[in-house]
Amino acid sequence: MMEQAEYEKKEKAAARRNKIRKILTYVGLGFWALIVLFPFYWMLLTSAKSYGAYNAEHIPAFFTLSPTFQNYIDAFTQVPLLGYLLNTLIFAVITTVLMVAVSVLAAYAFARLSFRGKNLLFTLFLSLMMIPSELVVITNFVTVTNLDLRNTFTGLVLPSVTSVFYIYLLKENFEQVPDELYRAAKVDGTSDLKYLLKVMVPICRPTIVTVTILKIIECWNSYVWPRLVTDDPAYYLVSNGIQEIRENGFGRENIPAMMAAVVVISVPLIILFLAFRKKIMEGVSRGGMKG
Amino acid sequence: MNTNKKKAWLYLLPAALFLVCFLVYPLLDVFVYSVEEGYNFASQTYFGTGFYNFSYVLHDPYFLQAVKNTFILVVITVPLSTGLALLISVGLSSIRPLRDLFQTIYFLPYVTNTLAVGLVFMILFQKTEYTDGLVNLMLGWFGAGPVDFIDGPYWAKMFVLCFYTIWIVMPFKILVLTSALASVNQDYYKAARVDGTPKLRIFTKITLPMISPMIFYLVITGFIGAFKAYSDAVALFGTDLNAAGMNTIVGYVYDMLYGDSGGYPSYASAAAVLLFAIVLTITCINLLVSRKKVEY
Amino acid sequence: MKIVLEKLTKTFPGRGRKNPEDVTAVDDFSCEIPDGELIALLGPSGCGKSTTLNLLCGLESPTSGRILFGEEDITDLPPELRSVGMVFQNYALYPHLTVKQNILFPLENRKGKDRLSKEEMESRVMETARLVQIEELMDRRPKELSGGQQQRVAIARALVKMPRVLLLDEPLSNLDARLRLKTREEIRKIQKKTGITTVFVTHDQDEAMSISDRIAVMRLGVLMQMGRPQEVYDDPLNLFVAKFLGTPPINVFEGRVRDGKLYIGEEAVLPAEGLADQEVFAGIRPEGFILQEDGPLTCELNRVEIMGRDISVIASHPACAGQTLRAIIGAESKVDTASPAVRFALKPGKVLLFDRETEERIRF
Repeated sequence: MMEQAEYEKKEKAAARRNKIRKILTYVGLGFWALIVLFPFYWMLLTSAKSYGAYNAEHIPAFFTLSPTFQNYIDAFTQVPLLGYLLNTLIFAVITTVLMVAVSVLAAYAFARLSFRGKNLLFTLFLSLMMIPSELVVITNFVTVTNLDLRNTFTGLVLPSVTSVFYIYLLKENFEQVPDELYRAAKVDGTSDLKYLLKVMVPICRPTIVTVTILKIIECWNSYVWPRLVTDDPAYYLVSNGIQEIRENGFGRENIPAMMAAVVVISVPLIILFLAFRKKIMEGVSRGGMKG
Repeated sequence: MNTNKKKAWLYLLPAALFLVCFLVYPLLDVFVYSVEEGYNFASQTYFGTGFYNFSYVLHDPYFLQAVKNTFILVVITVPLSTGLALLISVGLSSIRPLRDLFQTIYFLPYVTNTLAVGLVFMILFQKTEYTDGLVNLMLGWFGAGPVDFIDGPYWAKMFVLCFYTIWIVMPFKILVLTSALASVNQDYYKAARVDGTPKLRIFTKITLPMISPMIFYLVITGFIGAFKAYSDAVALFGTDLNAAGMNTIVGYVYDMLYGDSGGYPSYASAAAVLLFAIVLTITCINLLVSRKKVEY
Repeated sequence: MKIVLEKLTKTFPGRGRKNPEDVTAVDDFSCEIPDGELIALLGPSGCGKSTTLNLLCGLESPTSGRILFGEEDITDLPPELRSVGMVFQNYALYPHLTVKQNILFPLENRKGKDRLSKEEMESRVMETARLVQIEELMDRRPKELSGGQQQRVAIARALVKMPRVLLLDEPLSNLDARLRLKTREEIRKIQKKTGITTVFVTHDQDEAMSISDRIAVMRLGVLMQMGRPQEVYDDPLNLFVAKFLGTPPINVFEGRVRDGKLYIGEEAVLPAEGLADQEVFAGIRPEGFILQEDGPLTCELNRVEIMGRDISVIASHPACAGQTLRAIIGAESKVDTASPAVRFALKPGKVLLFDRETEERIRF
């Protein structure tokens, strides 16, 4: 029975060590959560401070007792923030719709239809995924400039439509739909296009939604291409808009108003994320990349 | 079945058109540009072909500065962010309550606009005539002097850039690693427990080898991503990165193409091709190493 | 090592809004496993047999009750201090380690005075490998092995620590039918050779009956019956056990006892002296039928399946649960397939009666 007592002692020590480990884990995780959240808190806080109060703070205050909404009014009236938002919305919607349509068609061809050279073509296709966008942007810029498409939505949208990765994702999903359904539909005399729209798309809706959301996020945050092809502020997207605001907006260094603009730009995506949290995270972990 | 074949091509046509126009053709063309010497953007003419563009770029102090910055950024952020993400993911998978909340919070930077939040970071780190800024206030608590992180010494700026880059890339890495950890068959841990394996040994001998493919995947994509750093730098230091001394290779490419110093697609192409060569080499080395290390 | 389970109960708390109720996986389980025997825990999926195994190895701790190895109470000991070896259903071989490293793994975990020298470990590993006949596979990785070989490596890894008790979770379920037969004999042989008390979990009654010293039949967390395979087969305590054991399964009729006779339908098929009049279930083993022209049980003949050694007669009877019954008779018997009906006499020992309400066995 000596052994028994010894075991018990050992076990108690192990339990204590476990507890300490757990507390340390929570502290560590909480610390990183703080680092992640703090910038969000700070932009909300600063956007609620009045211009005068902010500039009078020699030592930054962690809270404000007199929150103001004025900065948001300034953000919408003194700079064309609403225009930037609208542009981004138009850009994101058109690009995403086109991308989804084009990708669904291509994925369907790869997944369901049979034609000679399909496998070879698909391999070639996949290898396109490895082309860095930095390489192709140069010629695209020259092309769009030569076609006189700078400062147009056409110029903004067209090169942003292609996405090999999403076609790949959809094709994988389409292939999971059992062959029997296709054959059954054929026996019933359903045309390919009808089958795609009435059977494939509804069945694979979760993936299509995921792809759509990921593309919208990508569009909302895109910076490089819009910067290259737009120099007329009337066509700026939010990323370029915020850069413009930072460099020439508000006439003077009005940081609270800038922060209000930043909040306005960030909120839609955060809402989208919270609404589709599971889908977005699943889609991203399947190979999405930022940028 | 001839109509079927035609139909298949019809379905592929839109995607193929887009890809050829905006991906394949530009890819080939960029190599052509990079060897056309003295290309004039307005008249679209050039003197001859050769490697002058490359030699120009390689002798441009701005390019060399950009290469240096990019390499420092890569060397610091890739190992640090991967290690930190591993630590956080292991922590995350060891807890039950609040896990979902933490996961949601950690993912937030992924869905934020890099430019917009960069502005917040700039304000946090900036030292102006009015105020030392929040970070300096905190440094003050530990007795460290105020540093201007945005317009000050090189390493201060580099620190902010690295910090922000890590902040941005963490969500993806945490997500990939937590799902990798979750997909390890629980039976391995049970078997290890029945055999009385100590916790650390379980981690080094079972967990790490089991998720090593994902770690290597993250390292490879991390290298590629970090070499293409650009918008984070713009977000912190403004569009004129050369003046701030914080330009990156991609930034150099875009500056050559467009903007105040732009109008030289040939130089831009040469720089882009060089970047591509660097990334390709590093990726190949990575793959070779991982081939050796990940063996099951 | 004798194993004693005393009133063992394991309750899992209900999870979330969907399943608010607590689940009792193992309910008041008491039994004694004699030293050196091979015991099968048998039951349909979800009957709590895997939980029982996890309680034995210490991966779960019981809500109440005790577990004794010999005289020692090990109920609250963590798995590593119990000295048990466990083989998982999918073997849980570490894919990044070679066979040898896998077997070595448990030994390398030991620290301090328990740690063996390098040579001792080496010889222990080789000895175990020889026991399960995998000496020539030592440098391969798990994915380069067949299912049967992986199984043996897993057993070797469990045995190398010289455990007091060996636990196997569905050891044969991942093997194809042919390998299953071979492997189960193999397991039996190894168990005999080492003399180690072994508990294995299975849902396959064939497997359980063929190699174990005793079987324990479980249902919904409750131990229904434990005993030697033949005893349990011949003398089941209730209808569930009777139905669970035996292929083809027992044929169950709705019957009744009246005036000391067992009636199925309107026919008195068997004397049942000393029994009060009551409604019963009559279970008749397929081998309990005798083809007899003037037999008391008349059934509608459906078809006859020739199996070589014997013949299956598939017939139907309105009182039979599921309508069709299967009788196995010697190949020498002649069945008139043209006739619409077939008549059977019954072997008394192969007819089992159960209470209609409680489904408990009624002896007569």
